[in-house]
Amino acid sequence: MKRDIPIIITFLTGFLCVVAFFIPHPPLGDLQQRFLIWYAIVYGFTMVLGLDSLLKYNIKKITQRKEGWQYSYVLLFGLALVLVTGFQSWFKYGTPFELRSSFMYSYIHIIVPLQATMFALLAFFISSAAYRAFRARTFEATLLLVAAAIVMLGRVPIGKMIWSEIPVISDWLLNIPQLAAKRGIQIGVYLGGVVMSLRIILGIERTYLT
Amino acid sequence: MLPLIAVLGLLTQPPVNVRAYDTPNDEGSSITITWELSPADSGGASLFRGYEIYRSLSATGDFRNVGFAPAGATRFDDGNTDIQDGQEYFYRLKALTASGYEESAVVGPVVSSAQWFNTRTVNVLVITLFISVLVIYYIRRARAGEQLFVRKIAGLDAIDDAVGRSTEMGRPILYSFGLSYLNEVWTLASLSILYRVAQKCAEYSTRLLVPHYDPLVMSAAQETVKQAYAETGRPDLYDERDSPFLTADQFGYAAGVDGIMMREKPGAVFWQGYFYAESLILAETGHSVGAIQIAGTTSVEQIPFFVAACDYTLIGEEMYAASCYLRPEPQMLGSLKGEDLTKAIIIIFLLCGAVLGTLGVLSNIFFDHDGLSIFFENIVQWFNTF
Repeated sequence: MKRDIPIIITFLTGFLCVVAFFIPHPPLGDLQQRFLIWYAIVYGFTMVLGLDSLLKYNIKKITQRKEGWQYSYVLLFGLALVLVTGFQSWFKYGTPFELRSSFMYSYIHIIVPLQATMFALLAFFISSAAYRAFRARTFEATLLLVAAAIVMLGRVPIGKMIWSEIPVISDWLLNIPQLAAKRGIQIGVYLGGVVMSLRIILGIERTYLT
Repeated sequence: MLPLIAVLGLLTQPPVNVRAYDTPNDEGSSITITWELSPADSGGASLFRGYEIYRSLSATGDFRNVGFAPAGATRFDDGNTDIQDGQEYFYRLKALTASGYEESAVVGPVVSSAQWFNTRTVNVLVITLFISVLVIYYIRRARAGEQLFVRKIAGLDAIDDAVGRSTEMGRPILYSFGLSYLNEVWTLASLSILYRVAQKCAEYSTRLLVPHYDPLVMSAAQETVKQAYAETGRPDLYDERDSPFLTADQFGYAAGVDGIMMREKPGAVFWQGYFYAESLILAETGHSVGAIQIAGTTSVEQIPFFVAACDYTLIGEEMYAASCYLRPEPQMLGSLKGEDLTKAIIIIFLLCGAVLGTLGVLSNIFFDHDGLSIFFENIVQWFNTF
């Protein structure tokens, strides 16, 4: 019984969503939208769970003096700062998203640069991953190296200066073999998604019910 | 002077052939208005502003402005909330120019209504029914005792080795769902992989860290790990704080997980879920701490990064197949077989389409016969209505 009720709910919800896709007439037409609203409400409440988890994790780190425990103070301070500035901006401007507010100031001048910094690190990680991936130890790796070299040269002006056909070959590699492989994977992903959904709706796939 | 007057004259001409009809395949409360461009719309684009749409309850009644369509538009969907199904409405368009406006003739009455079937989804219905029938057929065959073959998936076979290696090294395991949400299919697929990993971790008494981006996924994952530990007979090993929520910010999450990896030095890392630009940041950090990495994602753009940086990668659908592979029950394998057969049929369709398209072009060139290419285009058109 403990498992039957969730399976019945899953079946009904999944079946109704599938039916609603084909039948626009009310009350089915906007059913998916309504489910999404319910999801958003549940999601809002789970943020409290998230906050609780975050606090527990970092307080444990501080009390047990685990490696890097000092950073947990920074995190807790940041959390408090965002809450305080958020409420202060809300009371002052009626919304925390007012551009002149302290909340938006901290977002624009602290969070956005931090995000940009993390994103910028990607350039270095691409270099190190490419170095390993392009080592021509096997036939496939050599093929990858050659294809990558052509594509990279085709994207920059010097490629055309070396040989005018390099950008053409580069575009061909991107538009024909690359796109074909990508679409092949996508077809598999979509089909896999449909079958997985079918397994969930029919109650065959139950791992999520643990 | 005369040409200027002629242009200004053009600029005040109304749109022609105005039609208003119930918006097809919708849930009602919407009327579509179409028209042919006013001659001024193509003539003096810079002076032409667009079309104002007016609605009234009677042909001679008070017309109210309900919307605006910019120059060049030939369609407007009046889906305002005040439209009631079954009520008659009349429409009129105003072509606005720099020098004034010109009104079209009144069209109507038109009544909006909801439809019981979306005819644009016929192709989806046909394909969905086809896949469902195949899957159910193979599930029944598998239940009847037929042995079904599943090819080896190296990434899933490596789970036990990865956990074992990590245990020998005395290091924890790290598992990440990436930026997945609980209402996504791949998250549910990932939960089944987590269950297997958690079982192995409990068996070997290895610590399992699962940092989260989404609190709903966190709740589901915590329950999954807890259940796996309990079923393996080691509920005492479960610690909720090893499955923390970090942040709902993409790069904040990447920084948090990187920090955990640098401090805890996991021996094995599982990237199973949906990832965006942070995939390589995570995978390269995992590589730098010497972890064996098993990735799996349905994000086509991120697969190459994982292939380059990880030891094993579950490519696209392999992730969905994980639960069947790890729990090879007849009905699970049957569904997989049905999926494979659908894929084979799609491949045959694609090959036939490619041959048909090529023959169509060749017959056009050499025999001046366009029957085949028209047939091919009709098929493509049918699929394009998705």
